[in-house]
Amino acid sequence: MSVLTTLPSYASPIEKIWYVLFRVLCGCVFLFLIAPILIIIPLSFNAEPYFTFTHEMLTLHASAFSTRWYHLFLNDARWMQSVENSIIVAFFATLLATVLGTLAALGLSRSHMPARTFIMSVLISPMVVPLIITAAGIYFFYASVGLTGSLLGIILAHTALGTPFVVITVTATLIGFDQSLIRASAMLGANPATTFRKVIMPLILPGVISGALFAFVTSFDEVVVVLFIAPNPEQYTIPRQMWSGIREQISPAILAVATCLIVVSIALMTVLELLRRRSERLRGMTPQ
Amino acid sequence: MAQATIDELQGLTTADGTPLRRALHRAERRAKIRAFLLVTPLLVFLAVTFIYPIAQMLWRSIYDDTIVTLLPNTVTAFKDWTDRDQLPPESVFAAFAVDMKQTREDRTIGQVATRVNFEEGGLRSIFTRTARHIDDAKNVTSWRDWFIQENPDWGKLNTWATIERLGHAYSILQYLAATDRQYDDHGNIVMAPEETQIYVPIFIRTLWMSLLVTLLTLLLGYPISYFLATLPIRTSNLLMIMVLLPFWTSLLVRTTSWIVILGKEGVLNDILVWLGLISDDGRIQMIYNQTGTLVAMTQILLPFMVLPLYSVMKTISPSYMRAAMSLGAPRFLAFWKVYAPNTLPGVGAGALLVFILSIGYYITPALVGGRTGQMISNFIAFHMQKSLNWGLAAALGGILLAGVLLLYALYNRLVGVEKLSLG
Repeated sequence: MSVLTTLPSYASPIEKIWYVLFRVLCGCVFLFLIAPILIIIPLSFNAEPYFTFTHEMLTLHASAFSTRWYHLFLNDARWMQSVENSIIVAFFATLLATVLGTLAALGLSRSHMPARTFIMSVLISPMVVPLIITAAGIYFFYASVGLTGSLLGIILAHTALGTPFVVITVTATLIGFDQSLIRASAMLGANPATTFRKVIMPLILPGVISGALFAFVTSFDEVVVVLFIAPNPEQYTIPRQMWSGIREQISPAILAVATCLIVVSIALMTVLELLRRRSERLRGMTPQ
Repeated sequence: MAQATIDELQGLTTADGTPLRRALHRAERRAKIRAFLLVTPLLVFLAVTFIYPIAQMLWRSIYDDTIVTLLPNTVTAFKDWTDRDQLPPESVFAAFAVDMKQTREDRTIGQVATRVNFEEGGLRSIFTRTARHIDDAKNVTSWRDWFIQENPDWGKLNTWATIERLGHAYSILQYLAATDRQYDDHGNIVMAPEETQIYVPIFIRTLWMSLLVTLLTLLLGYPISYFLATLPIRTSNLLMIMVLLPFWTSLLVRTTSWIVILGKEGVLNDILVWLGLISDDGRIQMIYNQTGTLVAMTQILLPFMVLPLYSVMKTISPSYMRAAMSLGAPRFLAFWKVYAPNTLPGVGAGALLVFILSIGYYITPALVGGRTGQMISNFIAFHMQKSLNWGLAAALGGILLAGVLLLYALYNRLVGVEKLSLG
């Protein structure tokens, strides 16, 4: 593979210049992707209530840094309430979405599934329908059944939004699944339940867990539906609270919250990467 | 697999005597039902919590019975209004007086006035002001004269044409409003005057911005996908973190960071001042406008372009390029003629996905868009939450949804929904 990115000794000067330029260009794009995320982290330790680096920060004066915004975040009842809500909502929405999505993916992967493509595109649609339309629909529906302003309502809505991710990841895992294993297990005397538990589940588990992580992040990050169906601060989730923070009085406490969320996403990403490696190992490939 | 053998098994039977053909059919049907049963719980769940609510919301764009319910006599009396170039006959005015008294008594006059006002700005005050005096009207011989004397606007043809149009529960009025169209005095559908057009320019802006975002993500995503795909796998996995971390980071976090970077007192302006490129009072407004929205959306959607591009580019064998170059093609020509065409499936998948996601974008334009960066979703939210013109919100949403579903169908046809990859 490396033949395209390392230059042979007979490369012309133009090729050499292009080689360097291309790498600089790619570096800039990577910087564009990652800098906005990384810049928040040092800024969240700013001792002053500003959103920019102070002179003292740049000269690395110890006094310019403080954890005051973290204290503010951790001691604010509203923020803590939103953290609690977010965790409850994301946990139950993930659980529901994972169960429903995994079952559906198992059905979709069977060779006998009728109208597979159509059903698959219906199941994926919550991912592509603009959130504002979903939110508006759910707003009226919840108003008519009395689910507005309840965590249960948010959980159900987030479940619907999270299932496509589970369906996609589990279906993808099942593509490499050897169907004869099921027959082998049945032949050896296992009933369908045992086959599911002992043969299917261990093999698709990486896909299920990564789908669950996606569903979790979707719920943890979702704000549009919450904006519509959760009118009271008692039901605010973290992103909803951040929304108010950005719209009304932007305080550096938001940067502290954002940093915490970045740490959470790094943790989730690491879990996902480890799972990917495990899955490849199980399928007899060398982890790369 | 079973299909091929069925025909060969004509005449054979199972141990209990059933023809094998039928037994196989039955087994297959059972397998079909079992497969379908696994999908049913999710299908039902989505039908109730997702599809039905959206359908119900869209229903509002064509169905509105406010006027039919609250002004029943007037709506019936409109049957007598045959010559549409003249004001309605006395019977309509009389029926309208009855209805107005009733709505005043039921305190529903506000609903009527609001609905009519959405259709024709300014009618609300005429309604409410006239309604305040209607109980004082005694021994009226001609309601028509009374109304016109009360407010000359009752003598305008347009006022009555508007009420008449609203007297049909099913109508396309909201879709006309959502596409800046209106009825003229002769009942023809015409474009609204240039200066009052709102939504067509917004739809165009939404499409234009989404197209720009798609092009920008392609422009930035293509080189790095190529770079990642040609690197040794260990290095590319490491660099892939740079793509995946933004993908996993909260949308609000990323939007916040753009506010911090692009703001007037923000990091980028500070750097420019420090470098002496701009003066301290010449700070550039980079956010709360279209530029801010474009920059933030490009960064947020870039991973959706890179992931499909990368997965396609990884499958292109490097020997194609080597072959082309060994046949004498310069490196760039080999790339353009041999490598690039092979990446088209990835370009198509990424571009469609980014485009679909950006035309429905709400959060980023709402937070950093200012006035010039607002997109159609923001107007839907405005009519949902602020103006409470739900019918119009539903019509705007209906148009947006139709566009998205069309693109989604295109995506399914060209790329295949099962190929949707998530990192």
